[in-house]
Amino acid sequence: MSHTRRSRWLAGAAALASLSMLATACGGSDSDNESGEDVTLRVNLFGKFGYTELYKQFEKEHPGVKIVETAEGDLGKYNTALTQRIAAGTGAGDVVAIEEGQAVNFLASADKFVNLQDHGANDLTDQYLPWKFEGATTADGETTIGLGTDVGGLAMCYRRDLFEKAGLPTDREAVAALWPTWDAFIATGEKFQDGIGDAKAKFIDSATNTYNSILMQGADHTYFDRDGELVIESNPAVKAAWDKALEMDEKGISAELKSFSPEWNAGFKNGDFATIACPAWMTGYIKDQAGEENAGKWDIATVPGGSGNWGGSWLAVPEASENQDVAIELVKFLSSADGQLAAFKEVGNLPSNPNLYEDPALQEATNPYFSDAPVGQLFVAGAANLEPVFLGAKNQPVRDAVENAMRSVENGQRSSSEAWSTAVSDAEKAAG
Amino acid sequence: MHLRDRLARFDINGAPYVFIAPFFVLFGIFGLFPLGYTLWVSLHDWSLLGGNEGWVGFANYTELVGDEYFWNSLLNTFAIFVIATVPQILAALALAQVLNTSLRALTFWRIGVIIPTATSIAAVGIIFTMMFSRDFGIINWLIGLVGVEPIAWNQERLPSWLAIATMVDWRWTGYNALILLAALQAVPKELYESARLDGASALRQFRSITIPMLRPTLMFVVTVATIGGIQLFTEPLLFNPGANAITGGDTRQFQTSAMYVVEQAFTGQRFGYAATVAWILFAIIVVVSLVNSLLVRRIRSVD
Repeated sequence: MSHTRRSRWLAGAAALASLSMLATACGGSDSDNESGEDVTLRVNLFGKFGYTELYKQFEKEHPGVKIVETAEGDLGKYNTALTQRIAAGTGAGDVVAIEEGQAVNFLASADKFVNLQDHGANDLTDQYLPWKFEGATTADGETTIGLGTDVGGLAMCYRRDLFEKAGLPTDREAVAALWPTWDAFIATGEKFQDGIGDAKAKFIDSATNTYNSILMQGADHTYFDRDGELVIESNPAVKAAWDKALEMDEKGISAELKSFSPEWNAGFKNGDFATIACPAWMTGYIKDQAGEENAGKWDIATVPGGSGNWGGSWLAVPEASENQDVAIELVKFLSSADGQLAAFKEVGNLPSNPNLYEDPALQEATNPYFSDAPVGQLFVAGAANLEPVFLGAKNQPVRDAVENAMRSVENGQRSSSEAWSTAVSDAEKAAG
Repeated sequence: MHLRDRLARFDINGAPYVFIAPFFVLFGIFGLFPLGYTLWVSLHDWSLLGGNEGWVGFANYTELVGDEYFWNSLLNTFAIFVIATVPQILAALALAQVLNTSLRALTFWRIGVIIPTATSIAAVGIIFTMMFSRDFGIINWLIGLVGVEPIAWNQERLPSWLAIATMVDWRWTGYNALILLAALQAVPKELYESARLDGASALRQFRSITIPMLRPTLMFVVTVATIGGIQLFTEPLLFNPGANAITGGDTRQFQTSAMYVVEQAFTGQRFGYAATVAWILFAIIVVVSLVNSLLVRRIRSVD
């Protein structure tokens, strides 16, 4: 008798404890839009998308809507957090950016996102480069999880002042003529190193960034073929890019700085390197890191070896969003022609809308920070002919493994051949 | 039995259980359940986004045994743990001794030693990473004054271990010192007095009175340091800023096991395998804590 009573007491206490927990857990939730109340839309991005003005416009057109953006600087960190939140079904926000390397991955879990085809996405197909639209659409063509924002588009950013010091031409046409090919680029690098007479300033920032540019040029796929099989060894493009990039390190023209490290960031400001492979989105990053005091010292020329695609994103609405309708509207607005153009003007991200490529606003655009370089023409020139590069679901871990191995060569810890076999075995491990 | 009597009986027999119940309920929800669920996940092929993709039994565990990167992470974890913990506890003991004497502005010093513990771990990581950086770090500048070549702290194995251990020690030595100080103050003064009367030296007093009296506290300090040491994550992560931070250096020279769990779960998206690593790590913590407490228990037999 007293036994049952005691356990009832215990149960009561437990219920009380969990109740009080529930109460605290529910304390902080936001109000949502059920009855036309104020809505807070959370936009979760990485790097720079240049949306500040667009948000203001959207908020003005939608009274009661408030947009809060969070942006992570480091793409790897962003991808990890986003994957985690999408998997958990909470916390991802109302609008998220999906980077090109993650699209295949998220398409495999397309049910975690709002199918934009249910919301008129099919009427928008002519607004995007065909492969850009397909890139966020499942293989059966039934589900589209994201609308395109920007595409990569490659160029080469360089420091005019350092080129001058090294006795190289500084005019962007003449600079472009220095490096029709990557071999010519390396030869120029050696000339730069001879001329600069300063051990600290190097020609390129790192082998890894150059490697990625070479790899993303004209390769149909990189580490994985379109069936998702790991082909790091059998795809000659990978090893060729690897060898070419490490040749630069061997020739002593690399500053050997790790991407997104404090040293790399400081390098933009201090002039530790004279060139950096420049997808359109990189121009915004350079301006940020190098700061106003270096305005006019940078310029942009074409990239060796023709155009290429590196980077670019889509905007998606997670299924877990509580404000789907407004969020979808915002995605359409931001990825519209006007939205893409505004983002281009703000941070230089190259639109994925081909109708804009003839637009005078784009054709005549110059970037004052980069010595008034005609960024519109430079990036648009190759954009229409860009070929999509297929990146498998496990692209990120494999890319991490290869970059780590490459950096271990730059740091003098391994020989190139040792590091290559590490890269291959790590890639096999990462691909599972 | 009357209700009154029953209540009185409950007050004696039942009430204590009610008072401690909230902890066990919370522990069950946030401690035991995740532990069991992690075990369940570790027996499956479980991808981060795709969820459960089928039962694989102990396949993940078999794979773990042959996984050189796991053993590498374990080596790093233990090396950093030993390099950090041994000097940390010795320093804490010395610090506690000093704080137990009659210094001027004693409260100031006692508060001072706890401040590093209250500092944000991210701030500690960022500041120390800057201090240890190769090109513009103050450590390399200092050792340069005595003619030592700059060390690439986060590229080579032993230097990176040392640098991370420094961060850990900076943060936790004061905390342990305060706990040991509290224990020191609980040692009856009479013991020292009679020891002095017997002509025992200061060293002998320390060895035969202080250390044995501190034994339970030392056990606590060592156990907490062990758990913290084996779970070490943030400091090494921040020590590798920039791309691919989670691999703990280009050759995984300072990747700890906790980092390996996160790498497998989120970069590699292998949730099942990450759960396996986490479970083995848990088992290792249990074993190491037991070994530690056995070692600390031996202290009594010193005299």
